[in-house]
Amino acid sequence: MQLVLEKRTERSNTIALVSPLIAIALTIVTMLILFAILGKNPLLALHAYFIAPLTDGYSLQEIAVKATPLVMIAIGLSLCYLANAWNIGAEGQFLIGAVAGGWIAVKTQGTDAGAWVLPAMLVLAAAAGALYALIPAICKVKFGASEILTSLMLVYVAELFLDYLVRGPWRDPHGFNFPTTAEFDPVATVPLLIEGGRLHLGSIIALLVVAATAILLGRTIKGFEIRVVGAAPRAARFGGFNANQLIILTFAVSGALAGLAGMIEVAGPIGHLQPGISPGYGFTAIIVAFLGRLNPIGILIAGLFLALTFIGGEQAQITMKIPLDVTKVFQGILLFYVLACDSLILYRFKLVFPNRQVARGTG
Amino acid sequence: MRKPLLALAAGLLLAGSVSAASAAEKLKVGFIYLGPIGDLGWTYQHDLGRQALVKELGDQIETTYLENVPEGPDAERSIEQLVRAGNKLIFTTSFGYMDPTLKVAKKYPNVHFEHATGYKRNPNMSTYSAKWYQGRYIQGLIAAKMSKSGVLGYIGSFPIPEVVSGINATMVAAQTINPNIKVKIIWANTWFDPGKEADAAKALIDQGADVIMQHTDSPAAMQIASERGKLAFGQDSEMIKFGPKTQLTSILDTWGPYYIERVKAELAGTWKSEDSWGGLDSHMFAMAPYTNMPDDVKKIAEDAQAAITAGKLHPFKCPVVGQDGKEIECKGGANLDDGQILGMNFYIKGIDDKLPGK
Repeated sequence: MQLVLEKRTERSNTIALVSPLIAIALTIVTMLILFAILGKNPLLALHAYFIAPLTDGYSLQEIAVKATPLVMIAIGLSLCYLANAWNIGAEGQFLIGAVAGGWIAVKTQGTDAGAWVLPAMLVLAAAAGALYALIPAICKVKFGASEILTSLMLVYVAELFLDYLVRGPWRDPHGFNFPTTAEFDPVATVPLLIEGGRLHLGSIIALLVVAATAILLGRTIKGFEIRVVGAAPRAARFGGFNANQLIILTFAVSGALAGLAGMIEVAGPIGHLQPGISPGYGFTAIIVAFLGRLNPIGILIAGLFLALTFIGGEQAQITMKIPLDVTKVFQGILLFYVLACDSLILYRFKLVFPNRQVARGTG
Repeated sequence: MRKPLLALAAGLLLAGSVSAASAAEKLKVGFIYLGPIGDLGWTYQHDLGRQALVKELGDQIETTYLENVPEGPDAERSIEQLVRAGNKLIFTTSFGYMDPTLKVAKKYPNVHFEHATGYKRNPNMSTYSAKWYQGRYIQGLIAAKMSKSGVLGYIGSFPIPEVVSGINATMVAAQTINPNIKVKIIWANTWFDPGKEADAAKALIDQGADVIMQHTDSPAAMQIASERGKLAFGQDSEMIKFGPKTQLTSILDTWGPYYIERVKAELAGTWKSEDSWGGLDSHMFAMAPYTNMPDDVKKIAEDAQAAITAGKLHPFKCPVVGQDGKEIECKGGANLDDGQILGMNFYIKGIDDKLPGK
């Protein structure tokens, strides 16, 4: 007797839409059991995770700050994934964007350069991110190199390049040899939206990106092309859509958004370049993109939700002494359920009895 | 549907505020940790310090810690979260928390902060660290005595003065035993990454090093040295169980007494912003038992420890000669002064390597 996954002949669109919600519900049930086993009051723990961060302005700001880079990167990635182009290297594009824009900040330090600095940094960061993403895209189109591998490997190149710069030429001369540039000047810093808080202009930019992408995908021919090329490549060819051109385009856009996100993070909450400017945003954004069903509004919600689990996890550590590992387990369980629910929409379990000579074999 | 939910939420909030009220009289003390408390190195020792604090003053204080806090954009939020949870004295236990701690300190002038191993202070932000280079000096003596190949292997974390002064102190001492001693240095560029640390140890042994020393936090190098039948020094904590036949000694960070002293000051209302830099005499750190060495080597180590503790021996006694053969200016009279050691960014003569970024 054997358990196999069998493709469903038909699937329900309603279930496909609510499946992330089912996954979240299952996660919460599992977490309640886990909290109970740990000897913590499950309802209070759940409150610390999901309700407490939503009840005060400070935590809400922090959720937005944390979600900003995730949403921006994930939006770009979703365009790639919709067009069947697999950009796994957003982390590298994020870093290169931060480095390119940071170059202006470092070079103009202490010169009273004026208000053009920040806009120039943002533009250069987006351009550099796009160019960096074009490397795997062009290798894919011209030579058929797997963009999954090349984009991923370029992450390490970017990490080491940043590392070299902050340890060598760009190191703060007064920083006791610690690998960091000096703090950026105020003109090279993303303005804050609320006095005394950390919410910054980047969150507004992220919202604009979400809106623009929703319009692109829903209302324009280009958006239609992207979706058709991904969903039905053969039909797209008959329609005269150029798949290679779309790979180049989506990679460039997603690289630009990742680069922009990197610059905003560095010129905003961090304030200087250092190794480790990203706690893996480029990879976490892949989760956000899929959790949001590659839909701009879905990604916005997914990004905020993931940010909530970070902030909530911290509050649970403080108020309930729940170890950080539980937060990580929690995020892992969530992903597990999302993938499981998705699989079960397309497939179903079936018991197979090989000794009865079932025609489909052993699966 | 809505009302029961609201009632539940209200109930939860109420439950939360009741538990907060009962703890209101206790002083809340917060800690930010770089690694997991189970890293068996740096963070582990800070948490032992916190536990000692709880044992001593547990009836008057309540402690909270956040572990695995990266030295990036999250640090500022984590520190501020502790402030907002009512912590009045907060220890941030890694160099990279310096700027975030300062930012939060300026925002909350009524909360006191203690930052480990940094150099920026504020009226409500102290710094504290230990003169580990004294321990490195003792290790240098032992290493030179025990090495058969005359090559020491050194795993560095970041080329910051604290680490550089450790390498220099080791070599100053080793050269008094064996003037031709060599050191191979690998920068792991991390404080805690057992995989990288193990790789570094392997590479050093392959280059001929037979005594391994480290300025990173995990016992990985100790395990590799043990597998390969070499000798090694522990770091931060007692690592003898990872190399019963390997560990010569270890520099043990003993934060407990300092944490107790500072919290007592806070309770008494006498807390002031200070710069504490304690050596062997102040019990800011200790040496693990001297093991796996003959008695004469042990005696050398113990004598040096006694002399340093008594203030009779200074590892950076003048003249200190730099890599270029020039004598370093002697600002402390008979030895380099604290400022020169705290900002040390040069190698001494005899180190056949280039300091990154020089």
